[in-house]
Amino acid sequence: MARIIVVTSGKGGVGKTTTSAAIAMGLAKRGHKTAVIDFDVGLRNLDLIMGCERRVVYDLVNVINNEATLNQALIKDKRCEQLFILPASQTRDKDALTTEGVGKILEELSKDFAYIVCDSPAGIERGATMAMYFADDAFVVTNPEVSSVRDSDRMLGILSSKSRRAEKGEEAINEYLLLTRYSPERVRLGEMLSVDDVQDILSLKLLGVIPESKAVLNASNSGTPVILDEESDAGQAYSDIVARYLGEDKPHRFIEEKKGIFSKIFGSK
Amino acid sequence: MTIESPSAKKTALEFKSTSLTTPALVLLSPDLDSIDQQLAEKVGQAPEFFKNSPLLIDLQKLNAKEINIQVEAIIALVRQHGFMPIGIRGGNEQQNQQALAINLPVHSIHGQNAPLLEKPATKAVVADKSVVEANQSVENKLITQPIRSGQRVYAKGDLIVTATVSAGAEIMAEGNIHVYGSLRGRALAGVLGNPESRIFCSDLQAELVSVAGIYKLKDDLAGYPPQIPVHISLKDQTLDIKNI
Repeated sequence: MARIIVVTSGKGGVGKTTTSAAIAMGLAKRGHKTAVIDFDVGLRNLDLIMGCERRVVYDLVNVINNEATLNQALIKDKRCEQLFILPASQTRDKDALTTEGVGKILEELSKDFAYIVCDSPAGIERGATMAMYFADDAFVVTNPEVSSVRDSDRMLGILSSKSRRAEKGEEAINEYLLLTRYSPERVRLGEMLSVDDVQDILSLKLLGVIPESKAVLNASNSGTPVILDEESDAGQAYSDIVARYLGEDKPHRFIEEKKGIFSKIFGSK
Repeated sequence: MTIESPSAKKTALEFKSTSLTTPALVLLSPDLDSIDQQLAEKVGQAPEFFKNSPLLIDLQKLNAKEINIQVEAIIALVRQHGFMPIGIRGGNEQQNQQALAINLPVHSIHGQNAPLLEKPATKAVVADKSVVEANQSVENKLITQPIRSGQRVYAKGDLIVTATVSAGAEIMAEGNIHVYGSLRGRALAGVLGNPESRIFCSDLQAELVSVAGIYKLKDDLAGYPPQIPVHISLKDQTLDIKNI
């Protein structure tokens, strides 16, 4: 059985799609057969971030409506053969998603995939609730600012009350916090919430902090998941997150400000 | 103190307890016009709180001065203002019979009731027992998971939360509220109008706290620093917030 991961946030623009692409690629690179599904019907982006926008023939809604088979719609990644992308439809709206249809797709994918990453759209409407309904694990992507934190909190409430696990009274979804666009320098200046502030509000297990990084925009523009940019801090942060998710013990990085070589040597603060 | 429960409206009930009460209207004057006018003023201050509120008519002070008042008249008057009269107390024998005649129960004041007819008195005692039993099984609720923004929790009895109540969440209880995490959302105790309800919390950062409809907003709470356990109760129609 596959593990179904939903990448969600409530608020838009916090890095859900970037995270979905990076996590899916990270899991696949470690040899786990992974599918990543774009639930943002009508505003699809994942194919761009994954760099496969020119290879989209069929999409999620086609499969739900039995207009195409799952194998026809899945796009195999060119960089990693363990990774498959199921794009969203750009011409439909989110009402095309049905619980039965999505459930059937996930069940079928579960047979031969190890991980299924569901990239949730922003908001708490149909697309978002469909993306999280069948989830086993939830990655809650949050920016260190109040509106994003509040929206994440709302999303956590929905995860604990409206998911399949909640409705069937099964074990609750594992919820993890991913803090993105973090800038220790701005935290020091009091312009941004700190990791501790966010954790205090959300009381959630921190899976990792992704620093604000130019590499993210570059990666998006070039259609390469940022995790493949191993030189970049954001790429390394996502690698750490994948490792921690898989149970490895990695110390948190990118929470403290970078110190100059001299302060490192002399330990000055 | 007299305990009322909505299911007991048709029967008289009396027993001492401090867990649940109902507002009582203590009449000081038999002048229906001034009662009318002053009730309108009170209700105007908090119309939502008083709407359909149960109300006990207390005639003790009038009777102490041997001033008589017609029960039917005062009952009709409070009904006009949206109250749901649920009985009288401290009435004389004549008033008690008037109340019983219109199916309103007669309550005692700590055992010092005016002499009643034999039959209704025994009836009242029988009714009490069932209410005591019903009251002991009030549904208290224990929540151990964080209450997230957008979630609402309602308890028929007391509500005990051992986790955080997030901003944008709403917790309500007919009885008391205890929050052992941070209280950042809204907390409403005594939502059916029990002024004896209280809120206890270990970290007050609430958007709103309310006891029996009397509330304070975040701005009013600015003087109370977070991370300090407090105890909120109703005193003279205002919220009294004390450090524990």
